[in-house]
Amino acid sequence: MAEPLLVVDGVSRRFGGLLAVNAASLSAPAARITALIGPNGAGKTTLFAVISGFLKPSAGLVRFAGEDITGEPPYRLARGGIARTFQIVQPFAGLTVRDNILVGAHLRHRAREAALAVVEEVGREVGLGDVLDRPAHTLTVSGRKRLELARALATEPKLLLLDEVLAGLNPSEIRDIVPVVRAFCARGIAVLMIEHVMQAVMSLAEHVFVLAEGRIIATGSPQEVAADAAVIEAYLGHGAATKVRNAHG
Amino acid sequence: MKTFLPIALGVAVLAAVPIFVHSNVVLNFLVVTLMIALAGQGWNILGGYGGQYSFGHAAFFGTGAYTTAILQANYGVNAWLGFAAGIAAGAAMGGIIGGLAFRAGLRSSYFALVTLAFAEVLRILASVAPITGAGVGILVKLDLRAQSFQFQSRASFYFVILALVAASLIIARLIERSRFGVWLVAVRENEDAAMALGVNATAVKLGAMIVSAAITAAAGCFYVQYFLFIDAGIGYGTWMSIEALLTPIIGGVGTVFGALVGALVVKSLGEGAKLITGDVPGLDLMIYGAVLVLVIRFAPRGIVGALADIYARFGRRFAASRKTAVEAVRG
Amino acid sequence: MLSPLILIAAVLNGLMIGAVYALVALGLTLIYGVLHIINFAHGALLSAALFAAFFAYQKLGLDPYLAAVVLTPGFFVLGYALQRFVIGPASHGDDRNMLLVTLGLAVLIENALLYAFRADTRTIDLAYGFKSIDLGFTFLSLPRLISFVAVFAVALALWLIMSFTDTGKAIRAVAKEKLGAELAGIDVAHIYAVTFGLGTACVAIAACLLIPTYYVNPSAGNAFVLIAFTIVVLGGMGSVPGALIGGLLIGVVESLGGFFFGESLGQVGIFLIFIAVLLLRPRGLFGASA
Repeated sequence: MAEPLLVVDGVSRRFGGLLAVNAASLSAPAARITALIGPNGAGKTTLFAVISGFLKPSAGLVRFAGEDITGEPPYRLARGGIARTFQIVQPFAGLTVRDNILVGAHLRHRAREAALAVVEEVGREVGLGDVLDRPAHTLTVSGRKRLELARALATEPKLLLLDEVLAGLNPSEIRDIVPVVRAFCARGIAVLMIEHVMQAVMSLAEHVFVLAEGRIIATGSPQEVAADAAVIEAYLGHGAATKVRNAHG
Repeated sequence: MKTFLPIALGVAVLAAVPIFVHSNVVLNFLVVTLMIALAGQGWNILGGYGGQYSFGHAAFFGTGAYTTAILQANYGVNAWLGFAAGIAAGAAMGGIIGGLAFRAGLRSSYFALVTLAFAEVLRILASVAPITGAGVGILVKLDLRAQSFQFQSRASFYFVILALVAASLIIARLIERSRFGVWLVAVRENEDAAMALGVNATAVKLGAMIVSAAITAAAGCFYVQYFLFIDAGIGYGTWMSIEALLTPIIGGVGTVFGALVGALVVKSLGEGAKLITGDVPGLDLMIYGAVLVLVIRFAPRGIVGALADIYARFGRRFAASRKTAVEAVRG
Repeated sequence: MLSPLILIAAVLNGLMIGAVYALVALGLTLIYGVLHIINFAHGALLSAALFAAFFAYQKLGLDPYLAAVVLTPGFFVLGYALQRFVIGPASHGDDRNMLLVTLGLAVLIENALLYAFRADTRTIDLAYGFKSIDLGFTFLSLPRLISFVAVFAVALALWLIMSFTDTGKAIRAVAKEKLGAELAGIDVAHIYAVTFGLGTACVAIAACLLIPTYYVNPSAGNAFVLIAFTIVVLGGMGSVPGALIGGLLIGVVESLGGFFFGESLGQVGIFLIFIAVLLLRPRGLFGASA
């Protein structure tokens, strides 16, 4: 079987004395949703920063479509087909929604007409079709999350890195956004998502990696991982696995 | 084509002025104002659209000016060639300073500081180096013929500077509608987010700096043709760095007409003040400083920006009331 | 052959001048360390303080060292008011706006001085202005020696304020973590203004120390402040020891540089150091990452 689209091989990242990520390995295949979960402070966003080129790893490799992309700057990765959203949304606040998405669309389309057409299409797909001419800073939290998605999508990526895209949304907003994310896979895009909202992880992800204290401690289907003792301990503390098992008989 | 209609109208109105105005004093005022507008439009490309605030744009004004002055006075080069060479030299200086500053990842305050420092270094060097005439400066020989880029009438100079300003307006508009412009504005709004979307921020900023420097250098070259003199304080002095940033900030950063509007307003204020209290040194700059503080405090998007905000607010209300009127008629 | 004694004299001279540079830089780095803005108006405020000290002497007969007692609190209030009512409200949350506002103030103040007092350079003649101490191989200018001691006294006073007073602790809290300080109930706008006031007060003291041996005109402060910027960047933005050590260092460099290369090129040298530091190691010797 061919190598998955994204392969992270033994990546470590040190900040002075702190080893934020410790020999983490994971993979994300095309047209599938892969989740990276773990307690707060586990190093997930650091790992994302390494994969998306915002940080260089202290050790290890990142391979994309068979090529070594370790340490490449973010703009080159984007051109190669890797797009990411940010945990703290970063809209181009002073611009309209349309102009925000346009920045992404221009990556693959030099001409303004062609890029604007892509903006319309992508805007409709994520549900922002009605608000394209509004200033980005007037959007609700849910709208801004969709804008992050739209901008990333407009770059026509092969791999989409979603950093807690569901954070801050209420249950009905989550329910509305989930099918949008699922639709990406239908187009062949690989999705790697950091997520805390467990209901979404369970229903969306086909494969899960669990990161705790910088190390990958478990991997498997969502169900397998949820029952894994090490994972339960990582989230709930030492001895919790036994307690959970005893409580459920 | 309709995208250039506002520019065409504005330029046409300005071009008609010499038909009605014959006073040399007024024409001189307008020529100098347009020259400042040109320098300011240069700053606007980098600072307004790109969000990189340079506090040393005099570096490009002076480089353009000295290049053409030296070529003409010391080497007898044709004035028009000198003009072109001055622009190229300014662009090159922009490439050097920008290359160094952006490669080093300098942003915001640090970028402002380093541009300030470069301008000062150039000023001190120009004030002692023999080739720039040291403390005395350079005089270009009077030769009132078109081929020497000198004219008998003020009106001719006026049309030349107006043409240059028009070109700078067109360049700004072209940038706005191009991919480069979209990327430049993205870098201004949020550099990291832009990079994640495939924008090579360093290259974009550098490109903007080069265009910006070339336009301001053109203003410097024009200065030499109009006044036939240049020295370190005029070419590389802080007055130009300040006026180059002041005019677009007041007029409206990141807009096509901002620098032009700002120059007209600022220079008019300066002249007005002089008429009232007399031509005392420091008066005009003092007013500029006060205006800058007031504009940032109360209208940070400048005049054009404030007008756009008002238009947007009333435009929406107008559109809403139109909608209800239409519905009333239909229903 | 160059006598080492002459070099030592140049170094000593540089140290004393450097002390005053350090004081000016101290104010600047304090403001940056807490407000995270580069106060472009610092030089103009120094010019204003020089004029204030000049007129205190000329109209009121106040010796500069006595004038300092009046001018220091006066300029503290001025700085406080500027930050509280002009700079702070104008920022609209964007760093770049603050750059522009302080630049605008710089232009306004310097040219207001020019408009009011013209560009003529003035000096004051004090009895002890030319007094010096004979060290055998060189003379140490007395006013400069007094400055040297005074600067360390001011640095000590600032350290005491920062370490032991409630306001000082609040300042340190805001410098470290503004949001946390706000949540803990600290009035950040007030602390910002106090810090700016302290920075401006440093400038007032520096002016009084300088005036016996320096000149007064509207752009006098600018010459000083560009050197102060260099020191702050070299020593590290926000680092007090950096400002002190950097100041002494630059004073010595300028003295030796001027000695060997002449004044103009000496200045260019300082700017080139400035540019080099910005490009190669923006956080300077002691500062946090830019």
